[in-house]
Formats: sequence, C-alpha cells, structure tokens
Amino acid sequence: MNKILIQGNHVIGEAAIRAGCRFYAGYPITPQNELTEYMAENIRKVEGGTFIQAESEIAAINMILGASAAGARAMTSSSSPGISLKQEGISSMAADELPGVIVNIMRGGPGLGNILPSQGDYYQATRGGGHGDYRTIVLAPDSVQELADLTMDAFDLADKYRNPVLILADGMIGQMMEPVVFGEPRPRKYDESYVLKGAGKGRSRFIRGLILDALKMEEHNWKLHRKYQAIEQREKRCEISRTEDADLLIIAYGTAARIAKGAIKRSREAGMKVGLIRPITLWPFPDHVIREFSDKVENFLVFEMNTGQMLDDVKLALNGRGHVHFYGRPGGVVPTPVELAKVIAHHYNNNRSLDED
Amino acid sequence: MTKTIFAGFGGQGVLMMGYSYAHAAMNEGYEVTYLPSYGAEVRGGTANCTVAVSDDEIASPIASEPDYLVVMNNPSLYMFQNRITLGGVIFLNSSIIEARPTRKDLEICEIPAGEIATELGNPRVQNIVVMGAYVKKTGRISPDAYLKSLKKIMGEKKKSIMDVNRKAFTAGYELLS
Repeated sequence: MNKILIQGNHVIGEAAIRAGCRFYAGYPITPQNELTEYMAENIRKVEGGTFIQAESEIAAINMILGASAAGARAMTSSSSPGISLKQEGISSMAADELPGVIVNIMRGGPGLGNILPSQGDYYQATRGGGHGDYRTIVLAPDSVQELADLTMDAFDLADKYRNPVLILADGMIGQMMEPVVFGEPRPRKYDESYVLKGAGKGRSRFIRGLILDALKMEEHNWKLHRKYQAIEQREKRCEISRTEDADLLIIAYGTAARIAKGAIKRSREAGMKVGLIRPITLWPFPDHVIREFSDKVENFLVFEMNTGQMLDDVKLALNGRGHVHFYGRPGGVVPTPVELAKVIAHHYNNNRSLDED
Repeated sequence: MTKTIFAGFGGQGVLMMGYSYAHAAMNEGYEVTYLPSYGAEVRGGTANCTVAVSDDEIASPIASEPDYLVVMNNPSLYMFQNRITLGGVIFLNSSIIEARPTRKDLEICEIPAGEIATELGNPRVQNIVVMGAYVKKTGRISPDAYLKSLKKIMGEKKKSIMDVNRKAFTAGYELLS
C-alpha cells in the first residue's frame, strides 16, 4: 500500500491519467489551477497524452468534444463561472452521446463571486446545466481519497453511458491535502463503432446533434430519456452513517457532509441521536434511501453551503412525509462543526418538545 | 485531534513547515489534513496553512480555534493570536517578531530562529529550526519520524542541504528542554 500526501486538484489529474485520460484541455481559474498545472506537467509524459491550454473555457469543452468523438478519454476542468461558459458544449456532448469528464471545483457565486469553497452550483450540475432535455451524472466526493476513486469511476461511467460526467467538488476539497492510496483502474470498455477515425473502406459514420425533423428529434429525446432512466435505476450512490437509532437525519454532500460528520460526533456525545445520509451521486439522486428512512424518522435537516438547492430534491424524495429543515451558508463561508451542532441541538430539542405534547 | 496554523511571509517556508509535519504524521499512522491559504491575498504577502492531526476521521480541515500557532512574522501574530484556543501554545520566531501576545492564558515558546540559522550558515533553514522546537513541544511524533519525512520530501536535493536542515532541526529541538 503506497499512501501519499497529495492535494485534491493534483489527485484528479493523477487519477485521470491512471484511468487512461489522454486528452486534457483547460483554461486557468482559481481554485482549480493546480489541476491544469498538473496536467500540463504530466499528461505529456504518457504515450499519446495531449495537454492544451485553450484560449477560453468554451474552446476547451469543444476540444474535449472533438477528442472524445475521435475516441480519447478526455477531460476538462474549471470553477463555477468557467463551468457556466462550458454549458453549450456539455449540452452538445449529451446530444451527441459523447463520453467526457468535466470537473467543477466550485467557488462562491453568482457572477465572478469569489474563490472560496461553496456549493452554489448544485442546480446547474444536477439539472443538465445547459439548454435542452438532458442530464449529466454528477459525482460529489467528500475527501481527497474519494476524489481519487470517483475520478476513475467518472471515466468508466462516461463510457458506459456515453454521456458527460461531472465531478462536483469545491475549493476546499481541491486545495486540501490528504493521504491517498490510488486504486487500480479497470480496463477501458468502449465500442470502436462509436469512434470517428476515418471511414476507410467502411461506411461513413455520423455524430450529429442538429436534428431538424421534429419526429426524429423527439425520438432522440426519448432515447436519451430511456438512457437516463437506466442510469437512475443503476447508479445511485450514497453513504449512510450512524442512522441505526437516529431520530434526526442530516442530509449533506461534499465538504458540508464532512462538517456534518464532525457536528454529529459532537451531538452524539451530548446524547442526541443524529445520523447522516450523504449523497455521492447528486444525479441520479439517491432519493430511495431518503424515502425509506421516512418510515422511521420524522425530522430531516438539509445542510448545504448555499441557500437551499439539494433541499428541493430531498423534499421531492420525501413527497410530503416528515419535517424538512434547512441550514445553509452561501458565498464562500465554510461553517464549523460546532456551529452546525448548535443548529442540530435547536431542532432536536424543538422536536422533542413537540413529540412530548 | 490537534490543529496548528503555520503563518509567516511568503518565502519563509511556512507551507513547507505544515506540509512536512503533515507528511510525517501521516507516516506515523495518523489521519491528517493540510490546507494552504490560496488566492489573491497570498501573492507577495503573508502565507499560512492549517494542519489537522487526529486518531479519527477529520471533519473540517479549517481551524477556527487552533491548539498551536506557529508564527514567523509580526503580521501573522496579529492575525492569529486571538484565534488560538484557551491555554494554547504559540511558537514565535523571536528573531523577527518584536511584539508579544497580549493574552495571558497562552504558553509562548520564543525561538531565535534567524540567529540560529545564520550561525549554521544558512538563514533559509530558520523554518526547520522552529520545527525542531515544535516537534519537541507537541510530542506527537518522534524527531526521527520528522527527519525521515523531511529527507523524503527533499528527495534528490544535495546531501549538504539535508545536513544543514538536520542540524537546524536538532538546534531547535534542543532549545526547549
């Protein structure tokens, strides 16, 4: 076991290269610059590896679209405002059914905002993000180790469903160093028939997102929809912790989930039975798990570093059952476990008195 | 769990202090996080990083109330002295820092790192002098464990550089008895 101390941004680059990523295009933006830097240094050292510092975020996403169509495992990365610029290209990749990995190391927003950790891009990430009727798989790590594992998984999922996959983390996960052990990447499975590499003597191949005929476009939409349904059936992931006897459940992802774990530890020491549901895939959202808990738990506290976005998905999952509370800190503020523990105590004690009435 | 903020001017090696300690603690089997300050505010000005070391999973890598504070310059002392936990320890580079903490609950370790490093013939190793004192006082990892990590981090750099760093570390370590 070779454990190394490594920064989140670097880990994405290293895991991507190990997973067979051979094309990276990006444009600098804090707090993900170390990833672009790492790729500039290292992807060229592997056979067939290409690094391009693009002239813009828009150019970068369209370069990975092209590289993906030509059969490469391809990745681009940016932070919130830069990800907004990439949305047209992500929509095109979804329409063209092209695999690709897009990394968003979120910062405070809207607009240019600031460079601090935030979770304001949840809606954008989980609702497609660009125009049209499509979805992207969204993976949300809460540690540098998980970032390594999910980066490798992202390439496999992108190939398996021929769809863009987003890695959604924030400045804290990107900047932080933690011990990491890299797993073994799986061999790539991607049918050659999807790759544009010159027809030769065979039939011409087309990858096309412009479909002017309404019925054909509708057919394509339903085809994509069936694919998204299959993803929803198979790929939901979440971690549950300390839920066995819980009468209040926190629902949080990424950095917020780490903070929640610290708060839950404190709350437990104070005798409060609190547990955590941590979605790892934000789309598809692990709603089935939350729904199951509503049989035995009455109170849910959604905790996000925004003003309440995943909150909607939790309410949809519960469909009117239970009480849903919310605590959030937007704008680049990183709340503390002590702070959240106070919020937990407030709700916990309030609900106690309600139950006793 | 203990959290430490290392702070100073960019160029004094404060990120190296935090990184080398986190590296050593990881190799000793602890859970660790290392979080550097990043962005516009560090260019040409002050730099700092936070290291958390724990037996268990670490929730937040940020230290709102650090147990230890290592300061290499005046601005860092002003910035962080009132954030440190009640009864915490400040390691202070007394070669440069004229001010002293106003709080009476803190333990202060004054380290004339500049003078010691200059005597050793390389003023750049003053950060490692302070690390000697820090490792001694905090006592969580052994001096050997720290030096082993430092050697690994320095990698292929010239042997003489590791030698002066080892001397610097030992001088700092022996300063606190």
